[in-house]
Amino acid sequence: MGPGRLSMPQMIIANRLRDGAVVFLAPGEGWELAIAAGTVIESGEEATRLFAVAKRHESECRVIDPTLIDVEIKDGTPRPTAIREAIRAFGPTVRTDLTEV
Amino acid sequence: MYRYDEFDERFVHERVAQFRRQVKRRIGGELTEDQFRPLRLMNGLYLQLHAYMLRINVPYGTLSSKQMRKFAFIARNYDKNFGHFTTRQNIQYNWIKLEETPDILQHLADVEVTGIQSSGNCVRNITADQYAGRALDELADPRVYCELLRQYSFLHPEFSYLPRKFKIAVTGSPNDRAAVAVHDIGMRMHKNEQGELGFEVLVGGGLGRTPYIGQTIRKWLAPEHLLSYVEAILRVYNMQGRRDNINKARIKIIVNQMGIDKFRELVDKEWELTKDGALKVPDEEVARINAYFAPPQYETLADETASLAKLRAGDKVFDRWMRGNVIEHKVPGYAIVNVSLKAAGKAPGDITADQMDAVADLADRYSMGEIRVSHRQNLVLVDVKQAEIHELYRALVALELATPNLGLLTDIICCPGLDFCGLANARSIPIAQDISRAFTDLDELQKIGQFTINISGCMNACGHHHVGHIGILGVDKRNEEFFQLTLGGSSDQHASLGDRLGPGLPQAEVPTAIRKIVDKYLVVREHGERFLDTYRRVGLEPFKSAVYGAESQAA
Repeated sequence: MGPGRLSMPQMIIANRLRDGAVVFLAPGEGWELAIAAGTVIESGEEATRLFAVAKRHESECRVIDPTLIDVEIKDGTPRPTAIREAIRAFGPTVRTDLTEV
Repeated sequence: MYRYDEFDERFVHERVAQFRRQVKRRIGGELTEDQFRPLRLMNGLYLQLHAYMLRINVPYGTLSSKQMRKFAFIARNYDKNFGHFTTRQNIQYNWIKLEETPDILQHLADVEVTGIQSSGNCVRNITADQYAGRALDELADPRVYCELLRQYSFLHPEFSYLPRKFKIAVTGSPNDRAAVAVHDIGMRMHKNEQGELGFEVLVGGGLGRTPYIGQTIRKWLAPEHLLSYVEAILRVYNMQGRRDNINKARIKIIVNQMGIDKFRELVDKEWELTKDGALKVPDEEVARINAYFAPPQYETLADETASLAKLRAGDKVFDRWMRGNVIEHKVPGYAIVNVSLKAAGKAPGDITADQMDAVADLADRYSMGEIRVSHRQNLVLVDVKQAEIHELYRALVALELATPNLGLLTDIICCPGLDFCGLANARSIPIAQDISRAFTDLDELQKIGQFTINISGCMNACGHHHVGHIGILGVDKRNEEFFQLTLGGSSDQHASLGDRLGPGLPQAEVPTAIRKIVDKYLVVREHGERFLDTYRRVGLEPFKSAVYGAESQAA
């Protein structure tokens, strides 16, 4: 990760080991289900540092496959720019009666 | 139905206990994900976008009501109240927790079902005609041979680490409802010139990134040689299959690169070594397994043609449902009833826990406790008395399981797509929903006639898009979902791969494009033609012009 301000904010997404739930790295190095509670990363240094934390949590069997993703901030709320990650963050776009995350 | 013997039962329970220990070691930090992944996949547990996904085998698509109730129990207690029936006649749960999986597998083992070999580079669930043992046009029940193959290939040490997954399908009818031509091995039962029953064996069929229709490797194979011949094919594949490139690892690549004649030569050479050995299937073993699939005790009944005609005359929707969803049974007075999982606006193949329980109850009440799963993602009650059909129909209507669309345009095959699947590039379910909502007029569906639409959210083709009369493939173009249409595919006994219609379309334009194709077909079709017949006669161009207009002329 290069130094300085990122061209687009980022977050770290992963699946929780025990139940597979999608989680976001949050302030205090915890993992939260709600994307709004996750840490929005603005700089390359911060991304490098937090990604190292996430990888440590992976080795400690807390999460699987932590990944840095680009997000945009809309109305104060982060939203992944990639469709795939947006669906992971907000749940399936179908069967919303049953599948609300 | 086949029942586990003592060995099966003990083994499956031991396997659950073993997996319980593996999960404990993973959660406790003794196993890394790289170490654990192959272990969970061997039990059918994937990690998808939102959670773990558990795939459970339904061998050759045959289920008991007791097993269906257990599926409902799992959906209700360990998932979000629903499950999804797949194109390989299996069921998948989308919201499984790793720490609960051993308990789930224990519950399933108690009713003799497992996720073993529903994933990984091994012989997967062996699929069959959903009407097996009951269809009027059938020569023999293929499930006996599917079960033989299942027992033979289950945990076979030589074939547990094949170059890639391996799918086998068997049909006992000349009318192929099991899509055997798009399997690694497809088998069609038929009689030779001497009138003896055997198999035409096809090899190298498959969809995915590089689709092929299977080629006949042997025109007639005696049933006693089934296992030795399949073993010879698997052995040649195991030796020749590519392990350096996952995209070229399926048997279809080898068969098509080397040519069917050369491949046959290698198989025959291998087969010579084993054909008269230990794998020769004894008649007693076939008879023993056959007994499990013996037809139930049918009553002597007459066909209810007159009484049903009266009911049909008074209820147009019932009449349509009878015409499409009810199939002739080989025994007089009985019928095969298809339970549509394709209600307008619903995800094809999805079923709620309450619906599963209700179907199990209906199976007990009206169909001797047996349920089938079709590769087109519907359920079937195979032994219904004609005298009770109307009563059953009314119960299905109340459950939203009586959409009279079997074999019609809205009987759509659809994979889970990007809403659930970690491999997908685009969402497929919303496309199916849009199309089903755009074609709700039953008169119109009837007028359009036999029609298949198959949708996949990526080139892996779980939704069999290459063999839909219209195939729809979701692709990602710079983070936008587009959908490529193919026309003219078919998975029946005259299987063909669809031809690409033109550039991909955005989601919103897909239903309109389908409408334009259908309208063009209704104009150009000749008397008695299905869409597929018309397409094969007139080709791509009229439909291309209909969808893309002047643009296609310019191109």
